[in-house]
Amino acid sequence: MRYSLTSLLKQTLTGHKGWTPQWRDAAPKAEYDIIIVGGGGHGLATAYYLAKEYGLKNIAVLEKSWIGSGNIGRNTTIIRSNYLLSENISLYELSLQLWEGLEQDFNYNAMVSQRGVLNLYHSDGQRDAYARRGNMMRLNGADSELLDREGVRKLYPFLNFDAARFPIQGGLLQKRGGTVRHDAVAWGYARGASDRGVDVIQNCEVTGIDIVDGRAVGVQTSRGAIRAKKIGIAVAGSSSRVAALAGMRLPIESHVLQAFVSEGLKPIIPGVITFGAGHFYISQSDKGGLVFGGDIDGYNSYAQRGNLPVVEDVCEGGMALMPAIGRARMLRNWGGLVDMSMDGSPIIDRTHVKGLYLNAGWCYGGFKATPGSGFVFAHLLAKDEPHPAANRLLLGRFRSGHIVDEKGQGAQPNLH
Amino acid sequence: MRIPCPYCGSRDASEFSYSGDATLTRPAPDSTDAMFDYVYLRDNPVGVHQEHWYHTAGCHAWVKVTRNVSTHEVIDAVLAHDEAES
Repeated sequence: MRYSLTSLLKQTLTGHKGWTPQWRDAAPKAEYDIIIVGGGGHGLATAYYLAKEYGLKNIAVLEKSWIGSGNIGRNTTIIRSNYLLSENISLYELSLQLWEGLEQDFNYNAMVSQRGVLNLYHSDGQRDAYARRGNMMRLNGADSELLDREGVRKLYPFLNFDAARFPIQGGLLQKRGGTVRHDAVAWGYARGASDRGVDVIQNCEVTGIDIVDGRAVGVQTSRGAIRAKKIGIAVAGSSSRVAALAGMRLPIESHVLQAFVSEGLKPIIPGVITFGAGHFYISQSDKGGLVFGGDIDGYNSYAQRGNLPVVEDVCEGGMALMPAIGRARMLRNWGGLVDMSMDGSPIIDRTHVKGLYLNAGWCYGGFKATPGSGFVFAHLLAKDEPHPAANRLLLGRFRSGHIVDEKGQGAQPNLH
Repeated sequence: MRIPCPYCGSRDASEFSYSGDATLTRPAPDSTDAMFDYVYLRDNPVGVHQEHWYHTAGCHAWVKVTRNVSTHEVIDAVLAHDEAES
């Protein structure tokens, strides 16, 4: 069913009895042309673009739990393309452009809100680094604007400008950045894919990958064996586990990233603000909750929950930046598994097994990449060659030394 | 999460710096493949994981911690130096 004003009026007049489920909860068939392992945002987007852009039909998305249970429902909903390196900007800018047309494209209200992402700077050195990053963004087709202190004050007069230790000097603003209702992204892609014939299969955990003569021919799952001509892996924090089923070791560690939300408040923060002197970022949801987060916990974890030192650190960052929120109560916090790669950038590539493809290493920044990741991974699966926007984010870069390290931290995943 | 430092006793994990997988051994520098493997590839297992923590805000010892990464339960902690000697 296509959603429109007409369909809404029609349903209103007939007592809302005609709404149908948004996607089919499919049962697995014996064979598919393409199987996507992982029914998160990236997996569902991949299936959607395979069906829509490449006209492929016989596709399944296998999800071990339920749609929306993983990082697509755990992130802090921010979208942006404010990267330094062209390898990354090209992908994230493609993604941001897809966000801009997404709701019309998949006929679903994902509440894409380009309310602006502002990164604050607190020193001369940081200003220079942000000016450079802003220049790199514009050179690569993204938008950016360097604000001085008064420019920031006009936007957010309530910030702690004269903090003794980290006075705010200005900020780098990306106006096209913003927030999106994250679970609607999962539902919208699942619905769009399902409408085009993709089987979205929940509670179906992949337990083995069948390889014959160096070629992937199918998967073993908790719901039986399924044959496939091509298999794409998009499982975020579980990437190492699934890749191990095909005998691979990845340049990835799984870590936990926490996120937080306060009780609902009246509108106070119109955009997304990040603190430059610690790691803290915040926005306000349309329900009124302040949505905020900070660093990853910094140690290997598969627990989907973090520890208190990071809670304390994040709240300290918030208090340093905007003491006004000090009396708001934190309502909930939770954790998600992030696939921290060895250079902090994603990996979208073929593997040593023919017909097996990998989409991993998104670190703490996978949500904003959802449409772009799906788009370029669909291209890779359909054409067997990398999409031009992601042709330098390949697995072989670690061996050849062409790493894409935004922060220059080296092969230490908890520092990216 | 608390780590039982062999010198200092049970201390909050925030006193320590994390350095990852402790099962890796630095190979001879002449083998590119082995060095690539050592620098970049990880088993990243579910469940029990051996890892190095440095007691930054304490005794400055490298501690080899055995920890369940699925539950955050710390199972064991020994001095990395002692183990390297033995």
